[in-house]
Amino acid sequence: MEGNVVLTARGISMTFPGVKALSNVDFTLRKGEIHALMGENGAGKSTLIKCLTGINDFESGEIHVDGISGPVKNHSTKDAQEVGISTVYQEVNLCPNLSVAENLFIGREPMTKLHTIDRRSYNKRSQKIMDELGIAVDVTQNLENYSLAIQQMVAIARAVDMECKVLILDEPTSSLDDEEVEKLFTLMRALRDKGVGIIFVTHFLEQVYAVCDRITVLRDGQLVGEYPIAELPRVKLVAAMMGKNLDDLAEIQKESIENVEQKELEISAKGLSHTGTIKPFDIDIHKGEVVGIAGLLGSGRSELARAIYGADKANTGTLKVDGKEVKINQPIDAMNLGMGMLPDDRKAEGIIADLSVRENIILALQAKRGMFKQLSRAKQEEIADRYIDLVRIKTPNPETMVKQLSGGNQQKVILARWLATNPDFLILDEPTRGIDIGTKSEIQKLIVELASQGKSILFISSEISEMLRTCNRMAIMRDGEKVGELDHDLTQENVMKAIAGGEKEA
Amino acid sequence: MKTKSKMNGHTILLLITIGLFIVLYAGGCIAYSSRGFSHLQTFLNILITNSGLICVTCGLTVVMLTAGIDISVGALIAMDCMILAVGMRSGHNAIVMILIVLVIGIAFGMFQGFLVGYLEIQPFIVTMAGMFFCRGMTAVICTEQVSITEKTSKLFYDWANAKINIPFGGYLNNKGKYMVPYIRPSVVIALLLLLFTYLMLKYTKLGRAFYAIGGNAVSAAMMGLNVKKVKMVAYMLSSIFCSIGAICYALNTMAGSVSQATGLEMDAISSAVIGGTLLTGGVGNVIGSFFGVLINGTISSIVKTNGKLASSWPNILTAALLFVFIVIQSVFAMMRNRKK
Ligand SMILES: Nc1ncnc2c1ncn2[C@@H]1O[C@H](COP(=O)(O)OP(=O)(O)OP(=O)(O)O)[C@@H](O)[C@H]1O
Ligand SMILES: [Mg+2]
Repeated sequence: MEGNVVLTARGISMTFPGVKALSNVDFTLRKGEIHALMGENGAGKSTLIKCLTGINDFESGEIHVDGISGPVKNHSTKDAQEVGISTVYQEVNLCPNLSVAENLFIGREPMTKLHTIDRRSYNKRSQKIMDELGIAVDVTQNLENYSLAIQQMVAIARAVDMECKVLILDEPTSSLDDEEVEKLFTLMRALRDKGVGIIFVTHFLEQVYAVCDRITVLRDGQLVGEYPIAELPRVKLVAAMMGKNLDDLAEIQKESIENVEQKELEISAKGLSHTGTIKPFDIDIHKGEVVGIAGLLGSGRSELARAIYGADKANTGTLKVDGKEVKINQPIDAMNLGMGMLPDDRKAEGIIADLSVRENIILALQAKRGMFKQLSRAKQEEIADRYIDLVRIKTPNPETMVKQLSGGNQQKVILARWLATNPDFLILDEPTRGIDIGTKSEIQKLIVELASQGKSILFISSEISEMLRTCNRMAIMRDGEKVGELDHDLTQENVMKAIAGGEKEA
Repeated sequence: MKTKSKMNGHTILLLITIGLFIVLYAGGCIAYSSRGFSHLQTFLNILITNSGLICVTCGLTVVMLTAGIDISVGALIAMDCMILAVGMRSGHNAIVMILIVLVIGIAFGMFQGFLVGYLEIQPFIVTMAGMFFCRGMTAVICTEQVSITEKTSKLFYDWANAKINIPFGGYLNNKGKYMVPYIRPSVVIALLLLLFTYLMLKYTKLGRAFYAIGGNAVSAAMMGLNVKKVKMVAYMLSSIFCSIGAICYALNTMAGSVSQATGLEMDAISSAVIGGTLLTGGVGNVIGSFFGVLINGTISSIVKTNGKLASSWPNILTAALLFVFIVIQSVFAMMRNRKK
């Protein structure tokens, strides 16, 4: 093994029933580099990582780790940790019922002389770790009390705190906002300078160019190539991932705000609020309009949507749908009024892992029709096929269980579920999280197209750029309150300024 | 999104359980003070009668923490007691027989744990098979009731009748004699086991691993825990604790019979649930379970002291309590979800 190489994989192949997930893939990681592993949803990134860490049993190939003679064969994460590989998996993998500190230290607790775990010491160390990361948590509280973003930071902190030669981060930034991403990058750079090799998976291209030194691209389980970052500009990277050039994003043509405002109101909320999550707000959404909600994580973006949809029943205020005043007590009421909502927490509220892709897609539609008006099998298959095609779900067939899809494809299934209900008013909370760049622009086009058919859309995203591309108007959130709206001059700069508010500029 | 209070829902559940016990017990004392319910001995008798159940519930709590279940415990007790009784009847030393029973517990638990942990068979199915096996074996060993008497084992007999006096809380009986309150050795065994389990769950890696696996087994594996092994150990502990419980049980009943301890698994499960252990895993502790046992014991004791109530009343009361607790638990779960 060369002097500066810390991990090599040679000729890795792996097959799942019906899918050749990896065929003969090589991968090399050097000391002190941040190495991006790129590819579309289902390209095999997570599978390769799980081969390296012993979760998947690959069929052929060899893995070598610096300092260990002979090929390494891990059988579990524990084995991988022992050879110096520390991992944050794509799905946040922690135990919600344990405290933050326990999640950081479980399996490697400091011990007292009596061979019991030293709670005091690990609580103290945990608090220090989280403080250094600048994350305000009480480490003795159970993890379930904290948001997805904080959970993700805890998972990262756990992996980083372990003495390791190789750090693997599989889409660690999917539910973080810019500030937290920056914290993570600082951390990654510090580790790189200490000589740790880092594998970084993400679908955010800017992030790749911000921290990475080298890129390996996979496509359909095959290695496309390994490139130093300078030799693979954005356009080429996308082409390498997709196998063709990306359709021009400028194609997206949204309606002008003046046109939209002439149309009738679909949704009109006055003084709606939910105690503890969102202060009273007004919002109007016209037919055929796409309204974005911008704000930092935890600023009340999702909460505003949930109050309209009845996921959090509104305590005050009135809501008019299509001009008529309505009362929404629970989501099913909203659905019957022609609303649909793609929720933010897909794991808790979304995916049913043991059902097939088809069953997951028709779920909301079936719920809306009621238990007794079963959709015929042929109809179900027709709908499933249509949406698998529309949002490009990569699945062997519609009857595959959702848990066998890649992370990004699972996200697409839920998006398809809500599109299939064909709502007049659709709330999309982070619809492109974990979704690859090609499909992302497909989804943006789809949103604009739905609007042009007269549907109203409320679009929540941490990526301001994708909202700019699709939204006619944007609501600005800060600290659980709607603080304003922007309709003209929608630019990145203006939106950022509005989000940060007056205080921060000084 | 953050809870500021130090006290989480689970601590509150535990306090409710303890509070309920106190209310129930105080109620008994007031209603039946003339019949001696308020004497310390009544409480000690609850401990003595339920010493076996305490041991079993400790083991079951561990299994339930991993989101599993063990319904073989009642039958295992019957088998263990039968082995003890028959072994001593044919002249074997009590200590040898106890060791044999413990070894059987380890082996039996290891086998069940292997099936659940490594072969990933549903715990309900595995332990149901275990239950049928143990009941069946009990009958194979002997179909009649076998007593342990002074003649069959002097040593065991002496243990069973040993009194450990408590230096306070005595009273004068109606003949004017001073009654010294006492416990039996079985209570000491049960309480030591309880303490052991409490410390193990709280202060050892293994203990925390049970919680982690119950919280999310996939995550636990990805954090580097050996889920299969930990699961196996849980079932092993359950069977060992159950065999220790069987010794307490034999000390109390001095007999082995096929129908012994029928339904004991349900008493243990209900005690754990009343004590705040969730069947879905990851939440609970043995202190709660202990109070669960005490609550069940107090109910039986009250019904017995009353004397007029049919003996089926404890079941109905336990059912009502279980219901109340499950409702409270799900209300808490709902409130937590709403807060998010
Ligand atoms: N447990 C499984 N059973 C069957 N097939 C699987 C399983 N896990 C992954 N696959 C298949 O292997 C392929 C590669 O999936 P993988 O999760 O590695 O993709 P990925 O590159 O990580 O994608 P994403 O960006 O969506 O996370 C996919 O076609 C997926 O359907
Ligand atoms: Mg993946």
